[in-house]
Amino acid sequence: MNDFLAARSQMAISLGFHIIYSCVGMVMPLFMAVSHYKWIKTGDPVYKNITQAWSKGVAIFFATGAVSGTILSFELGLLWPKFMEHAGPIFGMPFSLEGVAFFIEAIALGFFLYGWNRFNKWFHLFTGLIVGISGIISGILVVSANSWMNNPTGFDFVNGQYLNIDPIKAMFNGSWFTEALHMSLAAFSATGFAVAGIHALMIAMKKNILFHTKAFKIAIIFGAVAAILQPFSGDLSAKNAYKTQPAKLGAMEAYYHTVPYSPLVIGGIPDTAAKKVNYGIEIPGLLSFLVHDNFKEPVNGLDKIPVQNQPPVTITHLAFELMIAIGSAMMLLGLIYFTALWKKRSWLSKKWFLNLFIWATPFGFIAVEAGWTVTEVGRQPWIIQGIMRTSQAVTPMPGIHYSFYLFTAVYFTLSIAVIVLLSRQIKMVPELYDR
Amino acid sequence: MLYVVIAFLFLAIVLYFLLGGADFGAGIIELFTSEKNRQQTRKTMYQAIGPIWEANHMWLIIAVVILFVGFPVIYSQMCTYLHIPLLVMLMEITARGTAFAFRSYDAVKGERTQNLYNHIFVYSSFITPLFLGIIAGSAISRQIDLHPASFVAGYIFSWLNYFSVAVGLFTVALSGYLAAIYLIGEADDDKDAKRFIKKAKYMNIIAVIFGGMVFIAAGFENVRLAHWIFGNSVSLTAVIAATISLILLWVLISRGKKKIIRIFAGFQVTMILLAVGYMHYPYFIMIKGGQNLSLMSLHAPNKTIDDLGWALFIGSFLILPSLFYLYYSFQKKNDVV
Repeated sequence: MNDFLAARSQMAISLGFHIIYSCVGMVMPLFMAVSHYKWIKTGDPVYKNITQAWSKGVAIFFATGAVSGTILSFELGLLWPKFMEHAGPIFGMPFSLEGVAFFIEAIALGFFLYGWNRFNKWFHLFTGLIVGISGIISGILVVSANSWMNNPTGFDFVNGQYLNIDPIKAMFNGSWFTEALHMSLAAFSATGFAVAGIHALMIAMKKNILFHTKAFKIAIIFGAVAAILQPFSGDLSAKNAYKTQPAKLGAMEAYYHTVPYSPLVIGGIPDTAAKKVNYGIEIPGLLSFLVHDNFKEPVNGLDKIPVQNQPPVTITHLAFELMIAIGSAMMLLGLIYFTALWKKRSWLSKKWFLNLFIWATPFGFIAVEAGWTVTEVGRQPWIIQGIMRTSQAVTPMPGIHYSFYLFTAVYFTLSIAVIVLLSRQIKMVPELYDR
Repeated sequence: MLYVVIAFLFLAIVLYFLLGGADFGAGIIELFTSEKNRQQTRKTMYQAIGPIWEANHMWLIIAVVILFVGFPVIYSQMCTYLHIPLLVMLMEITARGTAFAFRSYDAVKGERTQNLYNHIFVYSSFITPLFLGIIAGSAISRQIDLHPASFVAGYIFSWLNYFSVAVGLFTVALSGYLAAIYLIGEADDDKDAKRFIKKAKYMNIIAVIFGGMVFIAAGFENVRLAHWIFGNSVSLTAVIAATISLILLWVLISRGKKKIIRIFAGFQVTMILLAVGYMHYPYFIMIKGGQNLSLMSLHAPNKTIDDLGWALFIGSFLILPSLFYLYYSFQKKNDVV
């Protein structure tokens, strides 16, 4: 493994884990706040128990999210010093604001976790809500920094120099909104489905049914609403990708040859050498329609892009297809849930119904990872789209593969620890909360 | 605005040293507490730092963000040549933070797992400030070579030298000292408080010894530390002020003033940082051969510095009052958890 590949793999591993910790860390506090609010409103102790049980999960995920985020803020420099040297002053604005938001989140979490019976109940609820709100703001800000790498604005690139830098303009680059919306909805649906799935499993196992049923409902409503909205945000993202990164869109769709009535390929395995997709289903005109809102106008394909500027098509396409497939399934599940809630209440306690959500527990996070792969692999070979190549940014320090192995071991250990801790939390529900 | 940003950078570093330092120190105190008293120490410590440790840790993030947004060349050189100690520090921060959270929130308080968390927590509490000190020492030791002859010269000896390691050990001792002073006021009873007073004295003596070792190591490595500190009036005044406050602190400790001594201890450490920092300013990293990395010449373009300054300014209006209220709220005895 050469240093460049090691650095990329380490970054991929770090972000791949951090994205899960931070999604849960940014969304769970809101679940917690809702259940807390219901407790204050109804006085039903089950909601208090749910709030307390969830707050333990939040604390665990906040701690792992905070440390893995600290690692990342250093890794940007440790692995990509040349990138940070030039990009830092341009895209750093969201990071400085994120530092503020994250700080407030940490303060609010201190108040919330240790504030039981200590503060006015509304102040206590308020601090929990602030944890959630600042978490979501941090998420949006970090994604805005990433979207700048996809759509770099706020400076002039003249003869290799970065001139007329405007960090505010860079922060509000043309892609920040679509990316932030897509990522926030993804965080809500992934966390909602994952939390709901775990509670569904407990209901199916007939353990503390009242507790888990109420918890399930809060989580799944967040998850289902987000999953139903997500395809619309996905459409905006794809249109934006075509505008700013046609090579990425080309790779996502494995769309090699520019033709009118551009077809949308569903599934299939790209054959890079022959520049075609095997076993896929082609729907003529649909890609044109998705990109241009009419069926005829051709979408520019990979043939319009020099080979050395094309991302790896197979990985990008397969990751994209996986994301779409899972996203569609989650939307469908969301619709099933609301149908049950409004029309068919008897479904809610049926075995098959619970099983659907138990199976869907990991769906959202698989989709998040796939989507993240699309956005990051799809930008290659660029670290700053069209400006700086990833290979130009890597650290001169040799031996990065050792660091890669080390980080991989750390993240796996950490994740196993988190899983063990969560399963213990769930196991202890009867003892701790069923009084 | 550049001065505002630089001021925030130093503020963040000093506060991380003080608050994060006390936080690491709590683990160091636990490490050097006898088996008999460990349970009580742990309890006191948990009550004292539980609600605030996440916030203490944030100053590091603020410092790093200021560095990479405002002084990107300095950040990228630091990350390149001090890659290894930064990596170790990150590993330890990870181990420490997660071990602390896990031992508090593990639903099953099993003896074996709790022991494991404790071990990870106390050792990483020792290693993190050691490496923080090593990094700080390396920044001013003139051992960073921008044109290294070999891997070892470029990436190992840049930080593995007598001076950096001595600064690392000094940082560990100072952290332990800060924590002991802090915990005196958090102790459950007089007996507990007495133990922390003893610990504080003990850590203070060690800090003085390690401080002396820093000077000796500076001699080995040709770091002109004595000249920096005693060669100008500001640093000299800072050192004298620190010494006077140290004497006052001992007087106050024996009179049982538990809260006011924190200010004195914090003041001492701040004065030490000021004494060393003043003479380097505006240099942030001192390079072999003399081309030092200066905050005045290697800063980001003015527009970025202006925006960063405003972000920090507005941010501090949000952060400082709420942080102050957090510390204030949890000063009272922790009767309900």
